Amino acid sequence: MADLRRAAIVGGNRIPFARANGPYARASNQDMLTAALDGLVARFGLQNARLGEVAAGAVLKHSRDFNLTREAVLGARLSPWTPAYDVQQACGTGLETTIHVANKIALGQIENGIAAGVDTASDAPIAVNEDLRRVLLQMNRAKSVPQRLALLRKLRPTQVVPETPRNAEPRTGMSMGEHAAITAREWGITREEQDEFAVASHRNLAAAWKRGFFDDLVTPYLGLQKDQTMRPDASMESLARLKPVFGKDGTATMTAGNSTPLSDGASAVLLSTAEWAKERRLPILAHLVDAETAAVDYVHGGEGLLMAPAYAVPRLLERNHLSLQDFDFYEVHEAFASTVLGTLKAWEDPKYCQDRLGLSKPLGSIERTRLNVNGSSLAAGHPFAATGGRIVATLAKLLAQKGSGRGLISICAAGGQGVVAILEAA
Amino acid sequence: MKLKIPGVPSPAQLRRYTPGQPLVEGPVLIGVAPSSKLRDPLCQILEGAGVTVREESSRPERWPAIIFDATGISDVGGLGALHAFVAPAFRNLRPSGRLIVFGTLPEEGSRPEHAAAQRALDGFVRSAGKEARLGSTANLIYVGPGAEAGLESTLRFFLSGRSAYVSGQVVRLSPAKAMPTSDWAHPLRDRVGVVTGAARGIGAAIADTLSRDGAQVVVLDMPAQGAALAEVANRVGGTAFQVDITAKDAPSRLATYLKDRHGAIDVFVHNAGITRDRSLVNMPAEQWASVLAVNLDAQLRINQALLDQDVLRPGARVICISSTSGIAGNRGQTNYAASKAGIIGMVQAFAPAMAERDMTINAVAPGFIETAMTKAMPLATREIGRRINSLSQGGLPVDVAETVAWLGQPGTAGINGQVIRVCGQSILGA
Repeated sequence: MADLRRAAIVGGNRIPFARANGPYARASNQDMLTAALDGLVARFGLQNARLGEVAAGAVLKHSRDFNLTREAVLGARLSPWTPAYDVQQACGTGLETTIHVANKIALGQIENGIAAGVDTASDAPIAVNEDLRRVLLQMNRAKSVPQRLALLRKLRPTQVVPETPRNAEPRTGMSMGEHAAITAREWGITREEQDEFAVASHRNLAAAWKRGFFDDLVTPYLGLQKDQTMRPDASMESLARLKPVFGKDGTATMTAGNSTPLSDGASAVLLSTAEWAKERRLPILAHLVDAETAAVDYVHGGEGLLMAPAYAVPRLLERNHLSLQDFDFYEVHEAFASTVLGTLKAWEDPKYCQDRLGLSKPLGSIERTRLNVNGSSLAAGHPFAATGGRIVATLAKLLAQKGSGRGLISICAAGGQGVVAILEAA
Repeated sequence: MKLKIPGVPSPAQLRRYTPGQPLVEGPVLIGVAPSSKLRDPLCQILEGAGVTVREESSRPERWPAIIFDATGISDVGGLGALHAFVAPAFRNLRPSGRLIVFGTLPEEGSRPEHAAAQRALDGFVRSAGKEARLGSTANLIYVGPGAEAGLESTLRFFLSGRSAYVSGQVVRLSPAKAMPTSDWAHPLRDRVGVVTGAARGIGAAIADTLSRDGAQVVVLDMPAQGAALAEVANRVGGTAFQVDITAKDAPSRLATYLKDRHGAIDVFVHNAGITRDRSLVNMPAEQWASVLAVNLDAQLRINQALLDQDVLRPGARVICISSTSGIAGNRGQTNYAASKAGIIGMVQAFAPAMAERDMTINAVAPGFIETAMTKAMPLATREIGRRINSLSQGGLPVDVAETVAWLGQPGTAGINGQVIRVCGQSILGA
C-alpha cells in the first residue's frame, strides 16, 4: 500500500441556508447541489477539471434521484468525466463524504475530490400510499386483462392518501426532538442554558457574517445572500417567549428557538493532495487528520439517540494521543442546544465516562470560548446532509486564519449515530 | 426597445469585432503629407496584417479606411495637403469606415506655427467625425518621437471593429517599452486580468472580452452579487473573488489573494461603480459618501496596494472606468461626476510612477451604454442620450470592453495617463 498522505482542505462553498418553504421552496436537491458545486468551481477555477471524485448525498431524497451526485456533476461546470456517488448517513452525511474523499486521497487512490451534501425540507419526496403501491405493482406483473380488472377492484379511496416523510425514528416512532428531550431531562439541561446557547449561536454567526468571514465560503443563491434563519438580535427575552415543543409538559425545555429549524441548503468542500493544491496555486486551509464514527443502541441500550458522538470522540482522541483539551476550536453540531450541552456534561461526568465510555477519568470540560465560535446549526439552519460541509469549511478557515492548532468536529445523526473528525492547521 | 422617430434616420448597424474577422474588408487608402515619417512603419504593419495598401485614389473605390500621415505638417499651409487628400476620399468611406489621422505631439513643436498646425488636426478630425455617416468614425493619433515601435496595437484597434463606438478621440503615443505581440487573435495570451464589478453589465463584458483575447481572468464583485459573479467566472473559465472593495482590509486582502493565486497580474480593470443620483440640494451625506467610496476611494487604495505589494508584473496595465459624466458633468450626479472626474485626476497622477515601472494606467470614459442602468431611465431622457452622438445610437458594454482590452495589451505601452472616451463622439464633454 502507498504511504499515507494527509488530505488537504482547499476550501469550501455553500449556498446560504434557507428556511424550509422559503426562497428555495421550488429548488430541488439537484438544483442546490449543482449551485454549490458551481460556486466552488468558480472560486477555484475548476471549469472542466476532471476530479478524482465527487461524493455527496441527501437525507430526504426522491426515488428519481438515485444518482443525485452524478447528475449534479453532469449539470455543473466540472468535467463530465468526473465520477460521483451518493452517500447517506443521516446528518453525518456531509462529514462522512469528507472522510471518504480524504481517505482516498490519503491512500493515493485519487489526487483530489469534492465532498458535498444537500437537503431540502421543502421539496420533500411524497410517496404513493403503500397499499396502492402494492396493487399497482401487482397490476404491472399481471399478464391478462381480466387479471388487471380483478386487481382494479382492489383499489380503495383510502389509498389516495400519500405517504409523507416523517421526522421520526422508525424503530421508536418518536421524533428526534422527543428523543432529545429525554436526554435533556436526564442531564438536567435547563431552559436558560439552552436559550443562552442559542443566543450565542446567533450572535456568533451574525458577527462572522458582519466581518466578511463567509465572503469566500458562501455564494448567494436565488436572491438569498445570508443564512435566513439567523437572528442577529436574538436575546434571552425573545427566546423566553417561545413555548416548548418537545418533551413533557411542565418539565419541557426545548423550543423552536433552541432547536434547529427545518432548512434547505447545500455545501461542498474541495480536498486534494498538498502537491495538487500547490501546483494550481490553491490555498491549503487545513488537513484532515483522522475521523471516527460511532453508533449507540438507543432502541434497547438506554442511551440517548443523539449521544453517539460522546462515544466516538474518546476513541478518536485515544487513537491520536490527544486529550479533549488539546483543541483550539470545537465545532459541535447544534441539532438542539440541549444535545451539545448534554454531550459536554457527559464528558465532564466521571461516572458516565467510566460506566459508559470505559474511561478511567472523565474527558473533562472544554474552553467554551472555543466552541462554535462562528455560530452553528441553531442560527445557520440545518439542511441535514449540508451541515457537515458547512462545518468542515468553516473550521478549516478558522484554522487557516489562526495559522496553527487543531479543531474537533462532532456531528450527531439519526439512527443513533455520530461522526467526528480532527482537522489541523496547514 | 429602440424607438423609431419619423424623419430621424435609423442608426447604422456598427461593424463590431468577432473572432476571425479580418482587420478591414478591402484595401486601405493611405496618404502622406510631405516630410512625414510614419508611412513606412504604417505600411509595414498593414502589410503584415494582410491588408492591401493603396496610396492614391486612381478610380472611385469604397474605402474601409482612410489613413493620413500628417506628421510632416509644420505650418498652416501644409494643412492643405490634409484637406486635399481626405476631402475627395471621405465620401467614399464604406459603412463603419475609418478615418485615422496621425500627427506629432503639438507640445513638441518648437515653433508656434508647428504647434498650431498640429493642433489644427484635432479640430479637423473631430469635425470629420461629426460629418461621418453610416457608422464611420474619425480619430487622431499623435505619435511622439521614438514612439513608432508602439504603433501596431493602436492602429489595429482603430482600424478594426473593436473601436466601433470610439470616435472623435485623440490618443497620444509616447515612446515606451512595448512588448511584442505574436498572436493578434489572442493579444492577452498568458496574461492575468482582474476585473472589479464583473457580475454584470460592462464588467461582465470586460471579463468576456479579456478572456476571448486569451487572458486568464479573475472576476470581483460584492458578496451579494456572488451568484451572477460565479456564472461569469465559469463562463470565462476564470475565478471568482467576492469582496466588498470599500472594506478597510480589502486592498491588502485582494493583493495577498492575487499574489498567492497568480504570483502577479498583468491587467487590472477598475470597473466597479455605483450611482446614487439626487439633485445637489437634496443629496444626503450617505449617498455622497457611498458613491465616492466605491467609485474613487477604493480605486486609489487598491492601486496603492497593488504597487506597494508588488502585485503588478512589469508591463502591467491598469484601466479605470470613468464616465463622460465625469468630463461634462450631469444633472443629479454631483457625487457620481465628482468620483468619475476624480478618477481622471488619479490616473494622471499615477502615470509617471507607472511609466517608471514600464506600466501604464489609463481611464476609459463610457458615454451612453445600453445596460440595465440605462434601461431604467425615463424614455425621453434615454432616447435623447442615445441619439446625441455622432453615431446616433447607444454603445454596447462590449464597446467599452474592447477599448479596455486594447489598453490592456502588452503592445499598448505608449499610452499612459490618458482618457479614452467610448461615447460615439457624444456632444457631452467634447
